[in-house]
Amino acid sequence: MSKEPAAPPFTPPDAPPALELRGIDKRFGLVHANRAITFSVAAGSIHGLIGENGAGKSTLMNIVYGFHRADAGEIRVHGRTVDIGSPQEAIATGIGMVHQHFMLVENFTVLENVVLGVEGGAFLLGGLTAARAELGRLARNYGLEVPLDTLVSELSVGLQQRVEILKALYRGAEVLILDEPTAVLTPHEADQLFSMLRRLRAQGKAVILVTHKLREIMAVTDRVTVMKQGAVVAEVATCETTPRRLAEHMVGRAVLLHIEKRPAQLGASLLTVKKLEVCDRLGVVRLKNVSFNLRAGEIVGIAGVAGNGQSELLEVLAGTRAPSHGEISFGGCDLVREQIDPRARRALGLAHVPEDRLRMGVVVEFSAADNAMLGYHDAARFNRGGLRDEAAIRAACAEKMTEYDVRPCQPELRLAAFSGGNQQKLVLAREIDADPKVMLIGQPTRGVDIGAIEFIHKQLIALRDAGKALLLVSVELDEILALADRILVMNAGEIIGELARADATEEKIGLMMAGVRAEASS
Amino acid sequence: MSAPVKLPRWAELGVLPLINLGVALVLAGVIIKTLGESPFAAFKLMATGALGTQEGIGYTLYYATNFIFTGLAVAVAYHAGLFNIGAEGQAYIGGLGTGLVCLYLGVWPFWVILPLAILAGAISGAAWAFIPAWLQARRGSHIVITTIMFNFIAAALMTYLLVNVLIKPGQQSPETREFSANAVMPAAHELFAKIGVTIVATPLNLTFGLSLMAAAGVWIFIWRTRWGFALRVAGANSTAAVYAGISPPRVIVGAMLISGALAGGLGLNELMGSQHRILMDFPSGAGFVGIAVALMGRNHPVGIVVAAVLFGALYQGGSQLSFDMPKINRDMVVVIQGLVILLCGAMENVLRAPLTLLFARLHGGKDTE
Repeated sequence: MSKEPAAPPFTPPDAPPALELRGIDKRFGLVHANRAITFSVAAGSIHGLIGENGAGKSTLMNIVYGFHRADAGEIRVHGRTVDIGSPQEAIATGIGMVHQHFMLVENFTVLENVVLGVEGGAFLLGGLTAARAELGRLARNYGLEVPLDTLVSELSVGLQQRVEILKALYRGAEVLILDEPTAVLTPHEADQLFSMLRRLRAQGKAVILVTHKLREIMAVTDRVTVMKQGAVVAEVATCETTPRRLAEHMVGRAVLLHIEKRPAQLGASLLTVKKLEVCDRLGVVRLKNVSFNLRAGEIVGIAGVAGNGQSELLEVLAGTRAPSHGEISFGGCDLVREQIDPRARRALGLAHVPEDRLRMGVVVEFSAADNAMLGYHDAARFNRGGLRDEAAIRAACAEKMTEYDVRPCQPELRLAAFSGGNQQKLVLAREIDADPKVMLIGQPTRGVDIGAIEFIHKQLIALRDAGKALLLVSVELDEILALADRILVMNAGEIIGELARADATEEKIGLMMAGVRAEASS
Repeated sequence: MSAPVKLPRWAELGVLPLINLGVALVLAGVIIKTLGESPFAAFKLMATGALGTQEGIGYTLYYATNFIFTGLAVAVAYHAGLFNIGAEGQAYIGGLGTGLVCLYLGVWPFWVILPLAILAGAISGAAWAFIPAWLQARRGSHIVITTIMFNFIAAALMTYLLVNVLIKPGQQSPETREFSANAVMPAAHELFAKIGVTIVATPLNLTFGLSLMAAAGVWIFIWRTRWGFALRVAGANSTAAVYAGISPPRVIVGAMLISGALAGGLGLNELMGSQHRILMDFPSGAGFVGIAVALMGRNHPVGIVVAAVLFGALYQGGSQLSFDMPKINRDMVVVIQGLVILLCGAMENVLRAPLTLLFARLHGGKDTE
């Protein structure tokens, strides 16, 4: 992420802020999601909004965008008090939002998507022609070049995001809210996004960047507001703060952003993958010719933009998806040829912390105790005389909760009542407790707050130091760089390059993530 | 953070159903009033008819027995994420199994016939559920569609069998000959007489006790065995089930076999307990009432027993009503029952949001967190 010198924000003297929130308060039943939030964003500035999961950032932005109505408080746009009851009204007052999950019609062209809802008349043609001209102007002004007649489904994620931004600008947005915009981008695409945001700033737009990535805040924002438990705990100029101080504000205590680890003590090869290939139901190749091996005592990181085959790789290794070709040698057998199911793989010592915890790793409606034994429910220690041994199940969960600092320590509580970080700790505890030889871990800290990230990273390093082999899939490059001893980069279903940690730089990995093959290994 | 606030458990299980029932009765009251009868007199008549006399209670529990079996059948499937609309057909075919045992092994002593009749009912019901289950598990045919269709197939099959094969020779009515005395379920009044207590004779019979045992069995199975756990995991999150090494297709088939077997219990009550022969359409809609019973009982065996007794009371009270109030005929009673099913079953979530809001208000003031 290049750090250009911040252009002097364009603000006419004494102009009212583009967006001002005064005393915004919101409760959802018992949850006090926003407490008397006051903050303002000047026109011609980029404002960062940062906080842990559940800090109330999304609620606040949803209030501004008209999805929720505040219980109390006032919203002013350019000094004028407005009442925003729906997204349509937000757009009419000049507020635009780019959601984390894009709101695009995949089988419409870019042009059709942009005019959707503001076609301007019963017949499309006139509106489309006018829109084409206007979009040409916007593209020139802001450097937002997008092929207008291409189907959205054929665009890269970065371009789709650009369409979302165009949509907002086309509707006259003066205040642009971006919710976690870089979650799906390569580092290079993120840089492009940031230079685009800087251009918007130079044109006098107000940009709000909602994120949990401290680096982005430091790279692009002018001011930053930190939220914690529904309240604003700090608001500072970005140039006057440091990532460490921001992290402390977010968590409320000092946090280690980098974990110390000693050099890997490599042992025997535990898992070997040869020429793995996966086709999905439509016959699209998701994984091709993937070969690598994992040795005891190392963490191998798989880097890549989400959707480049990492998920399929994890699923094939864990046994929840069948490959079309290839072998996986583990524990003296070929898991593919012998069709070993997930349960048997677990018994052989292959544990799996799935990428999408809520979809695959847990059942949120069930108690923590039930979740802490999911996948091990047939184990003798949890059954007695044909019935479940409830006491043993609860005791095992309570023990894990204490050891992994899962709060609240209530095995009976439904899992949905726990925060993402605590859920993840419980999943991790479950899989580590089974004493596996090889651990597959997908996005170990997705949706997890900074405090818990530190803890989880330490656990993973401890596991490595205990002689286990870890395969770490993460879309967070920081995480890969912090943990991995060896890095494989995936692009379009292939392993496009391998780097030893010592040789790895963000630039090298970023290039490979974008599909540029490494020259004969560095 | 923006997670929906939940009702406290006691309100979820107690207050909400009562409010729903109340609204249903108010609507029913409006209808009764429109017909020119007094709603209060009508409801009083229903209540005393169902619960005010020994006879009323006997009939109420006799109807409830059917609803407990079908309610449990629906609930077990529900926990596996399946909506079994076919309890009606499964009960019908299950009853055929029970009935055939009673017809052809009637010379054997009762305590030999009973387990065989139970087994035959369970196996036949399970077999009828197996086909839709297999189609869902292996071919992805939607179980709601297939189970509905299997109700019709069951009805047609039974009509054919009763008209052409099983009919008692020399009569018009499509029903079999009567079971032998050995194949008759002991009635409640007979059992009570043995311990010296005299109660009024009603169709209530030993099957009621069996249905309560089935409810207890379902509770143990669902919440206290690892198979029940696997079934619930597959029902709640099939991706997590695959991850945990549970095979969803096997759960689908297993759950539907149990579901069909439970529905098959209806024949014990209806045929062995009351009719003593196989006749046309003996489940008479109990399979569908079972859906409402399971919904209202939150798919929990205790709730199902309570809801089944309530619906039993509605049936018994309703027939009393149509006897004593000439303006309210049998069809109006069905309308009233339909309103209760609608409010307590299909629309039970309509009033959940306002009630939740009310609870949040009541608690919100004290809570500063």
